[in-house]
Amino acid sequence: MPDARSPMAAPRSFVWTRRIVLTVLTAFALAPVFVMVVSSLKPLQDVQGPFRWFPSGFTLRPYADIWHTVPLARYFVNSLLVAGGATLCSVAVAIFAAYAVSRYDFKGRRFFSVTILSTQMFPGILFLLPLFLIFVNLGNATGIALYGSRGGLILTYLTFSLPFSIWMLAGYFDSIPRDLDEAAMVDGCGPLGALFRVVVPAAVPGIVAVCVYAFMTAWGEVLFASVMTNDTTRTLAVGLQGYATQTDVYWNQVMAASLVVSVPVVAGFLLLQRYLVAGLTAGAVK
Amino acid sequence: MTATVPPVRHSSKTPSPGGRRAAGGRTPLSRLRLPARLRRASLPYVLLLPALALELLIHLVPMVVGVVMSFKELTQFFISDWSAAPWKGLDNYRVAVDFNAPVGEDLLKSFLVTCEFTVLAVGLSWLFGTAAAILMQDAFRGRGLLRAVFLVPYALPVYAAVITWSFMFQRDTGMINHVIHDQLHLTDGRPFWLIGDNSFFALVTVSVWRQWPFAFLCLMAGLQNIPRELYEAAAMDGAGIWQQIRRITLPSLRPVNQVLVLVLFLWTFNDFNTPYVLFGRAAPDAADLISIHIYQSSFVTWNFGSGSAMSVLLLLFLLVVTVLYLLATSLRRKDA
Repeated sequence: MPDARSPMAAPRSFVWTRRIVLTVLTAFALAPVFVMVVSSLKPLQDVQGPFRWFPSGFTLRPYADIWHTVPLARYFVNSLLVAGGATLCSVAVAIFAAYAVSRYDFKGRRFFSVTILSTQMFPGILFLLPLFLIFVNLGNATGIALYGSRGGLILTYLTFSLPFSIWMLAGYFDSIPRDLDEAAMVDGCGPLGALFRVVVPAAVPGIVAVCVYAFMTAWGEVLFASVMTNDTTRTLAVGLQGYATQTDVYWNQVMAASLVVSVPVVAGFLLLQRYLVAGLTAGAVK
Repeated sequence: MTATVPPVRHSSKTPSPGGRRAAGGRTPLSRLRLPARLRRASLPYVLLLPALALELLIHLVPMVVGVVMSFKELTQFFISDWSAAPWKGLDNYRVAVDFNAPVGEDLLKSFLVTCEFTVLAVGLSWLFGTAAAILMQDAFRGRGLLRAVFLVPYALPVYAAVITWSFMFQRDTGMINHVIHDQLHLTDGRPFWLIGDNSFFALVTVSVWRQWPFAFLCLMAGLQNIPRELYEAAAMDGAGIWQQIRRITLPSLRPVNQVLVLVLFLWTFNDFNTPYVLFGRAAPDAADLISIHIYQSSFVTWNFGSGSAMSVLLLLFLLVVTVLYLLATSLRRKDA
């Protein structure tokens, strides 16, 4: 990564400011992670009394118990199916749209971009109620069960990540020289051939970034999950609160479950964050 | 890879009959060109079609339906057939903005709380993000690791992170009270954080914790686009590091900030996830954000008509603020 400023020796005041500010921010960022990890290794009596920094005795019991207190495995599978499905569909749709925005100068291009991005500003609550009614009524009229189904949730979530994905991918496609796809077309590819044989392979980092973003968006959504799911399709977002509605809150189990559902996304994100920054940079250059 | 591609000629496989008819009687050259041009002109729209259809289905149609619903008396009796609900005209709106009656008064209170919350949360998130991004512009040992650490709050799923915060804010078993009361003795008793007035600060804390890494990420990306020569020239002119930050870095970040602050504002103002997981269905008055408020007045009382009216009012407010903001910031950019 190129450094913007020349490596001139920074003055003391700057170095100390940096140390202090970054230390405070690190503590702020990691405090919940610390609590999560430590509490998940505590026996129950430790989390029922005053907080202690370290467990009185290490135990892995919470990690075994979380699967029985609530049907966590089912929620996990549901979340995987929904988030995975939404990611695949969203990225596929975004690739086509971004290609059009990046490579063609068509009438309504600006209008499309503005409209798509402005859907981001709508409060979720505004279309939650109508969407709920539309799904229920559509189900009654046609027998297609969208309300309460994973399909309905996939459909909803993919549109959440779509605008930003299109924007980011279009920026990424812009950075790929047009000569490349023109050369492919001279070689006899159609526009779609050029897209899949030249542009998509060259944009893999951007596509990976969009996948990460779309997956995280779907994995973490709470509002629609709380309304649009039933007992069999419930996702982690709602299911995790099951531990808290028990008469006794098993905080050690809540923390263990939180950690278990966080690890896949956090690990994926940290591994791929470099691509996400690159994708954002490409989008920001426009 | 591209060299081995067999020459498949998509572009001249199926001339459309309509195009041929339209070109009848012209020279052979234009007869060949017109369908191809037509097809080329329609291709971007075909590529956009899936995206457009989905946005229409999930965002735009429900929005129109929502506006229609706001003029209806849509209670639980009409859920399965909402078109049968009787028209109510502007009644839902009248009730929502009658600030002397309980419904309007509560809505106004919730709106004001949301405004206060948004200003604080966006301001702090932006400040933290900017500070971290600028301080980490130069390479130093451990920068990569620190960047990963700062992105953790952004990567954690909302519900897992916020549930952890709610554990930390517990009165008797949480970490926050343990630190400020048991260890630092800052307070006389153990304060409640998740009920009463303190819940506002709990909410701001969690919201800032979740948002600032996004600001950091965007600003970091923005910093990479500042040409190195600017700093070299400034250093040659004798500008110190603080002066470089003030005169080069901050002004160069203005375009990024314009979008970033707007996005943060919209996300924070509409935030539902954080208060919902932190407080459960019943948010305390001091932290009764507008999304939660509308959700409760719709799904608890099953009065979708009045909930829709409130949503429409919220959207109008956001639209006005967004337009004014974009006008103001664009004007300033032109002046500068």
